[in-house]
Amino acid sequence: MTPLLELRDVTKTFAAGVLGRGRNVALERFSFTVDPDRPRVTAVVGESGSGKTTLARLLLGLVPPTSGQVLFRGQDLHALNAAARTDFRHHVQAIFQDPYEVYNPFYRVDHVLTTPVRKFRLAQSKSEARACIEDALRAVGLQPGEILGRYPHQLSGGQRQRIMVARALLLRPRLIVADEPVSMVDASLRATILGSLRKLHEDLGISILYITHDLATAYQVADSILVLYRAAVAEAGDVEPVVQSPQHPYTQLLIGSIPRVSTVRDWASEPVQGERDSTPAGCRFADRCPSVMPRCRTTVPPLFQTAPNRAAACFLYDSAPALPEGKVAAVLAAEQAKAPCAAV
Amino acid sequence: MSHAAPVLRVDALRVAYAHEHGAVRAVDDVSFTLRPHERFGLAGESGSGKSTMALAILRMIKPPGRIEGGEVWLQDTPLSQLAPEAIRRLRLAGIAMVPQGSMNSLNPVVRIRDQIGDALADHGTKLPRRELAARVRDLLVDVGLPPETADKYPHELSGGMKQRACIAIAICLRPKVIIADEPTSALDVVVQRQVMETLGRVQAELGAAVILVGHDMGLMAQFVDRLGIMYAGRLVEVAPIRDIITAPRHPYTRLLIESLPSLEKKGGLRGIPGLAPLLRDLPPGCAFHPRCPNAEARCRTEKPAVRPIGPDATVACHFA
Repeated sequence: MTPLLELRDVTKTFAAGVLGRGRNVALERFSFTVDPDRPRVTAVVGESGSGKTTLARLLLGLVPPTSGQVLFRGQDLHALNAAARTDFRHHVQAIFQDPYEVYNPFYRVDHVLTTPVRKFRLAQSKSEARACIEDALRAVGLQPGEILGRYPHQLSGGQRQRIMVARALLLRPRLIVADEPVSMVDASLRATILGSLRKLHEDLGISILYITHDLATAYQVADSILVLYRAAVAEAGDVEPVVQSPQHPYTQLLIGSIPRVSTVRDWASEPVQGERDSTPAGCRFADRCPSVMPRCRTTVPPLFQTAPNRAAACFLYDSAPALPEGKVAAVLAAEQAKAPCAAV
Repeated sequence: MSHAAPVLRVDALRVAYAHEHGAVRAVDDVSFTLRPHERFGLAGESGSGKSTMALAILRMIKPPGRIEGGEVWLQDTPLSQLAPEAIRRLRLAGIAMVPQGSMNSLNPVVRIRDQIGDALADHGTKLPRRELAARVRDLLVDVGLPPETADKYPHELSGGMKQRACIAIAICLRPKVIIADEPTSALDVVVQRQVMETLGRVQAELGAAVILVGHDMGLMAQFVDRLGIMYAGRLVEVAPIRDIITAPRHPYTRLLIESLPSLEKKGGLRGIPGLAPLLRDLPPGCAFHPRCPNAEARCRTEKPAVRPIGPDATVACHFA
């Protein structure tokens, strides 16, 4: 079965420094597939600079890889013919972080909804188009009467972001890449927006790549999770075991650092190692790792498959078999019980 | 502790912004006290008035905003009675602010050493070079930065380091109150934890009180002693943090806590229905009634008064 979208051993580097002599590795030898027949919600979690937004931009074809390939239905994304390109634009949709920047302030918000209907000929008549749009808005919890005909500045950030979800829904894509879709909206609204995304997946079988720095929402929304640390996968697998019993020391640090709403003040219980510094030769987490061993400083650990549905890039687990290069998708696609739907 | 004289007392403070449709009240009759060494949290959604509150305490509200009434007392000093020059001296020395965007608060073309030196000099502490260098060094070490940071420009520092540099500036005159307005909202969780630990440690060493402004209830739960919840410009509930988490009295507080995604169990994604009201178009009665699951007829017409519900706690709800 040809994957819908595939990253094959992709590396992306950016020039750095005043004269562009340095190199920043944003994503290193990364492989990932989106299987059209087994839609999943996959969270990509990492701190700023971990490569998560670069991953989104590569998948959307917004930047070309430095090496490796991005394939859409088996064809190079950057060499698609016109028909395949239209197909790609129809079936891979994006929701971005900033619900303010994606709108043209001079157009009514209707514009972002009517344009795809027209371009992809989703409706036969004006009234059918209108009905489609209204249905999509209702599906994400908006009242069409309060939204249509307004300008972006007349709506709240949460409303604008939900219109973007409605827009994605209108197209019935196979994949939605959502890059920090709720980091700029209030906590009380986050749940509503993420709930609508989850619902799109459950009702319409749309795969979702949820890119975030927020592990708690990732846990609530996703079936599986990829934890990125400095351009590479630190840990991957089903979201439940990864969050409840993280294996990679970085994932452990990340989860331990989340301030919890609890009367137990466990937050400051252990000191945290220093901030990251220059790129080491071996494991990128070696400088901060409480369990660091000599070989961590010289050799990059591969992903060890510690269970059918999870893997960690850490020598602590070297008794487990190493995953073949680029096979991280294997642990993400392992069969598992369907996650319960998050209530909206 | 509850008998100690308050270090800061906010009394019936009101702040309004002039708007084409009349004044918009961003802080509406807010009162609370801050004890020495206390960590007090101010939480609420965007637009709830929490940042305006922080600026009003420092009397930094600019037109079209205006402090309409009420008083802020720093120990025995009523701040509204001070001349502009006296207020300027009191900022940093008496009440210091750790700003939200440390990225934009430091001067990009001045070395960290000189930014700290300027702050000291501006408040009348002119030190010989040697002493200044020693003072800067001590401050940087206090906030967990290497002493070499003094020679650096802000762009050479990471987000966490910049925020620490801001904390160093905030504590350089040993203020009695530190106001931290979402000090870690732009940082990753690991760095956030380090910066908050630093803030907590220097606060304890100085014996200062802290007002932490933010919307992250997890951060509040882990850091503050007492929490105030703001909604539509009013302080709708104040209580010791443990009581607020285990038994919130105001329905808004309860929904706010419930809306946080849990790391313990799945299926906990629940939003607060409806939208935060626009301050220029507040519903009559209790401003929360259109979103409140417990609202009754009375809530639609009668604004609930703030009433005490314990030695350290108040609530503004007819039924709490």
